[in-house]
Amino acid sequence: MDTMRERFTSVTSRMLAEDPRLALVLADIGAAGFAEAEQRHPDRVVNVGIREQLLIGVGGGMALTGLRPIMHTFASFLVERPFEQLKLDLGHQGVGGVLVSAGASYDWPSGGFTHMAPGDVALLDTLDGWTVHVPGHPDEAETLLRHAAAAGDDKVYVRLSMQSNAAPRSVDGARFRTVREGRGGVVIAVGPMLDSVLAATEGLPLTVLYATTVRPFDAATLRAAADAAGTSDVVIVEPYLAGTSTRPAAEALEDRPHRLLGLGVGRQELRRYGQLDEHLAAHGLDPRGLRERITGFLTGRA
Amino acid sequence: MTHLTTAPTAGTPAGSAPHGDRIGFAELPDLMSLMTGDEKHGPAATSTLDALWVLYDRVLRVSPGTVTAPDRDRFLLSKGHGPMAYYAVLAAKGFFPTEWLPGFGSYDSPLGHHPDRMLVPGAEIGSGSLGHGLPLAVGTALGLRAQGRPGPAVWVLIGDAELDEGSNHEALAYAAAAGLDRLHTLVIDNASATHGWRGGIASRFEAAGWSAATVDGRDHEALYAAFSTPHPGRPHAVIARVEPKGA
Repeated sequence: MDTMRERFTSVTSRMLAEDPRLALVLADIGAAGFAEAEQRHPDRVVNVGIREQLLIGVGGGMALTGLRPIMHTFASFLVERPFEQLKLDLGHQGVGGVLVSAGASYDWPSGGFTHMAPGDVALLDTLDGWTVHVPGHPDEAETLLRHAAAAGDDKVYVRLSMQSNAAPRSVDGARFRTVREGRGGVVIAVGPMLDSVLAATEGLPLTVLYATTVRPFDAATLRAAADAAGTSDVVIVEPYLAGTSTRPAAEALEDRPHRLLGLGVGRQELRRYGQLDEHLAAHGLDPRGLRERITGFLTGRA
Repeated sequence: MTHLTTAPTAGTPAGSAPHGDRIGFAELPDLMSLMTGDEKHGPAATSTLDALWVLYDRVLRVSPGTVTAPDRDRFLLSKGHGPMAYYAVLAAKGFFPTEWLPGFGSYDSPLGHHPDRMLVPGAEIGSGSLGHGLPLAVGTALGLRAQGRPGPAVWVLIGDAELDEGSNHEALAYAAAAGLDRLHTLVIDNASATHGWRGGIASRFEAAGWSAATVDGRDHEALYAAFSTPHPGRPHAVIARVEPKGA
């Protein structure tokens, strides 16, 4: 199985051939994989060098002429470094595009904190109108990339990761899926957290929802799941900053008393290298840590 | 007073504004005097007046009737502060009614102290935060090239102090490397950069591979000559020197 990022390269190369409106903007990262696409479409595959502000500015300028730009680099350089360009060169100009990141929260643990971006989705949440896809498998990444490319002039972020579930699920680019049903509470697993959440809640009477599109937030499915489960105790497990989606979840449940627990990556910098599973365990996102915190939250209810 | 009663619509036909095409350079100061409330940016506003007039009067192939035409020339005002000269020129050329000018900066006016492309007919970008226009212009030139439109020229106006922004240097270096010969940068130099530019601004562009010319920013013939200089295979920068800010 290829990685999400490898799938991005192959799918985007095909989409560039299929859709003359699409353009790809790179800042060296990932450029080697697009050498053939660049030869075929030299004017629509642009590598601006290690210039991330320009990466987004160029995407905005292309969009002003009617193209649909796909902009790609590591999450920290795509969302955090050129954040004002995202705000002004896309949003304020009234144009859209597709951001595709790699690297995610700690895909390269031995690379350290400079290449980690657990705050990317929370940061985009300060801007209006972004769709955010968090695929949990390379097959889902392909589906969501195609949704993103075809989404008119929308602003779409596709967050790719080395973290992956063992098997793909069918995703539609909008709704949460119900994976398991129970009456003790509702757990929302985002993207690559699903397998760990299913393992952590094995044998517990819980509803598990699977979310691969987190913005817009599927309030209707969460409300329906809470109604069916007869509880408004909700846990959200996200592969990025803990609590990122508690605000839209609270809005979804604002007509009823509810309790929310947001699990994810801790805010404090974990000054460690090592391996992905070591970072998951350190943030309590391995099955053991998740089970402990989910059961603690649910059994502690009044 | 509500200025939105005449809604800003892109593609307003030329001449629909009162006296649209008949307003000349001599009348621009009167138009600018209609806009009050942003005196802080007065020097920034007048520094661009002559260069903007020559561009819109003699160089740019865009009119109120072609503001959405794919093959129009693009002018991106990056230095969005002090936009009074820009609004005066757009009004003089009929992009919107001169009656909008007195509302400048008010709640009901589409004309703010920094322009918004979604509100101002003829404005290609919303600007104000420095360092965004040149990268957007690079993307615009690339987008036009990718769609097989070699005709339109892309112009962006920045200030000499704005050139301090690192994003401009990302764009400046890349544009020359990519041979974007339909791209033009107009730098209004009123010596307002805190540390200045050793060797002059033109040398920065030339070192990167641009064609560059430095002219008196009040001399209309010199501006026109610099604007219309051929520059095959290279982007072109015109540095228009005006009185130092505060002088």
